[in-house]
Amino acid sequence: MYRQYRFPTTWREMDRLQREMNRLFEDQYPGRLRRAPSYPAMNIWTSNDGLIVTAEAPGVSPDDIDISVVGETLTLSGVRKPDELNEGARYHRQERGYGNFTRSIQLPFPVIVGEVEATFRDGVLSIVMPRAEEDKPRKIAVKSA
Amino acid sequence: MANSQSMQVEKEEITATEDTERTRDVCCFVMRADIYEMDDQIIIVADVPGADESSIDITLEKNVLTINAFVEPKAPEGYALTFAEYEIGDYQRSFRLSNEIDRDNIDAKVKDGVLRLYLPKAGDARTRKISVKAG
Repeated sequence: MYRQYRFPTTWREMDRLQREMNRLFEDQYPGRLRRAPSYPAMNIWTSNDGLIVTAEAPGVSPDDIDISVVGETLTLSGVRKPDELNEGARYHRQERGYGNFTRSIQLPFPVIVGEVEATFRDGVLSIVMPRAEEDKPRKIAVKSA
Repeated sequence: MANSQSMQVEKEEITATEDTERTRDVCCFVMRADIYEMDDQIIIVADVPGADESSIDITLEKNVLTINAFVEPKAPEGYALTFAEYEIGDYQRSFRLSNEIDRDNIDAKVKDGVLRLYLPKAGDARTRKISVKAG
């Protein structure tokens, strides 16, 4: 952005105002929901020691879910099968979708692939991933010279 | 036959109804449901991820069937939510039943976050095949 430095105080004021507005909206709606690009929607919880990815996938059988972690990318794929219906069933309403799904997500840090654990309970999939040792934040002691 | 439908991820929040308020602290969403009809029963299949058989209330009052699924949003200990695409909350939905349902034999099962309600039709309303004779 090309700024005119003829009136530096004006631009500084505008920047400050912009930052104040951003901060105001951040406080109103903390952790804005993002729009999931495809099924399923995921939430990521992080700590210094690892992260947990949760996804809501009701009606998907645990055998039909494939989870793979490559580098810093988690890929979740599977299929949600429709109910088996006898002949002569008629639909009044259909709001739940079904079919194949695949979703990849970039993780914030590398994880230990061998220790990834996934549990599926009541339609909620939780994937617990411990952080890679070399990536954990280290305390650096300051020595007086 | 059902058409294949793309999988939707957005959750729809309930609109506040007249007079009543929810006293629970969590959001409430409208659960997605498929309704289909067989010859002898009507089946409602609803998505209620996070709820199990002890946290779902189904009540039938006059002609209105109300399904309430309560979900406790548990944050894992020591973790902070850094990326969210969905919110966790309760589910509620009401359906108006017609007189042809046999109210005493309604059956409900929940598995893997999917609630299935079987509403048998009362005797008179069962589909009968009527054969056509020439004459």
